[in-house]
Amino acid sequence: MNKSLFKTFLHETGEISYFTARFFREGFRPRYEFAELFNQCFAIGNKTLGLVGITGFIMGLVITIQSHPSMQAFGAESWLPAVVSVSLVREIVPVITALICAGKIGSSIGAELGSMKVTEQIDAMEVSGTNPFKYLVVTRVFASMLMIPLLVIIADAVGLWGAYIGVNMKTEVSFDLYTNQIFQKLTFGDVIPSIIKSFFFGFAIGIIGCYKGYYTRNGTQGVGRAANSAVVAATFVVFIIDLIAAQIADIIDIT
Amino acid sequence: MSDDNTQIKEDAIVVSHVHKSFGENVVLRDFSLSLKEGENLVVLGKSGSGKSVLIKCIIGLMQPDKGSICVLGDEITTMEQTKLDEMRVRVGFLFQSNALYDSMTVRENLEFPLRRHWAKTSREEVDRLVMEVLEHVGLAEAIDMMPEELSGGMRKRIALARTLILKPKIILYDEPTTGLDPITGKGISQLMLNVQAKYNTSSIIISHDMNCVKMTANRIVMLIDGKCYATGTYDELMKSGDKRIKDFFD
Ligand SMILES: Nc1ncnc2c1ncn2[C@@H]1O[C@H](COP(=O)(O)OP(=O)(O)O)[C@@H](O)[C@H]1O
Ligand SMILES: [Mg+2]
Repeated sequence: MNKSLFKTFLHETGEISYFTARFFREGFRPRYEFAELFNQCFAIGNKTLGLVGITGFIMGLVITIQSHPSMQAFGAESWLPAVVSVSLVREIVPVITALICAGKIGSSIGAELGSMKVTEQIDAMEVSGTNPFKYLVVTRVFASMLMIPLLVIIADAVGLWGAYIGVNMKTEVSFDLYTNQIFQKLTFGDVIPSIIKSFFFGFAIGIIGCYKGYYTRNGTQGVGRAANSAVVAATFVVFIIDLIAAQIADIIDIT
Repeated sequence: MSDDNTQIKEDAIVVSHVHKSFGENVVLRDFSLSLKEGENLVVLGKSGSGKSVLIKCIIGLMQPDKGSICVLGDEITTMEQTKLDEMRVRVGFLFQSNALYDSMTVRENLEFPLRRHWAKTSREEVDRLVMEVLEHVGLAEAIDMMPEELSGGMRKRIALARTLILKPKIILYDEPTTGLDPITGKGISQLMLNVQAKYNTSSIIISHDMNCVKMTANRIVMLIDGKCYATGTYDELMKSGDKRIKDFFD
């Protein structure tokens, strides 16, 4: 039982590595499917922007409200915007956004490609002379690599706005002072790594969703399983990447 | 063609000594067949006997384990991808499940195979080709519908239109009438004959619907136990005394 689980794990890891290698082999060679890439970017933004925005706002608000008492206890109330903004931008917003996208985009890519696979639409593309890997997989992976960092930047902005409202619920801070306090502490050293990290989140979500969908078996039942396991695997990998990113940031000492 | 020798190639498709198995499950063992130009060849076999596997090997969606497959004079088992894509322009494939792209309208479905040639084709030309095949299958009014709005018979017609749009020399039909009521099925069989008359194609038709077989077959190959069990015209096979052949005709 344990052994077969281990074997499945190794097998799957091997397959997904091969799939990723194929992505790099085919992704940077013509023909390029720009129109479809644009469609996919739009679809991702359209599906997640509202949710990501609202969540970012709530996160900013909640973290601020919750941090307020302890900051006050240490007499560091004026540090509140700076501290909150750093934790939002470096950690909370990218991870929450990635998790939402793992749920929404990962599952929809898995289900879409999965149903195309079991109804032979992928084979139909192949025989009509369009490379389905380029048309379906490469475009979706690039789209989520491009869109998730963009969504993170938007969610950062909305989250900081939420934090501003949170700060003002307890004390009165002008917008000028608030931004001043933030940018005293928040530097490119915080923003850039978080963007790079989200780039990898996007890559992982795209490639896992596509992999699960592209290799769907067992008919309609398999489609549900593909969507479901895409979400589970993508969520897990988001945390792994986050852990690795934190270690790297620690080693090269970005502060 | 690369060489300008104008000898007429008699055999559109030659499959020789093909083996294919999935693990323990041997599907094709030493299967051979040839499709003459202009011929309608029916491959008759029970469900699960490997008919779909056979034509997927012919179009290059699956690789046979052993044996050779020549399509329009070129060996496809060792062919590289770009040549395979060129070959596929000349060979249409009608999927059993139709495989219409369900996120696209009928028009977009039909335009899809033309993508490769878009650089060379004007908008008017694309529209003209789409209308031409749609009128040929008798569904011009469905052009802006989604596949899910179509009935089974209409979907089959649209799928056929999609394979026709590149004007293939050969069409491979995977169970074109399975799952349709007898009258709709008869309409599809008639359409297949019209296609052959108009576009002068050769076809391999996979079926176990005897009405369709009777209407379309010039010759029949019986696929039993992964082998070519018998071959002949409809009338010849119908008179056969062999029990396994008779089963299909009762
Ligand atoms: N991709 C595949 N993987 C494993 N087995 C397959 C695959 N495709 C077909 N088979 C097996 O090959 C046999 C023939 O299938 P198929 O050609 O679809 O039958 P049919 O004659 O009804 O079209 C079946 O036993 C099926 O289980
Ligand atoms: Mg079949």
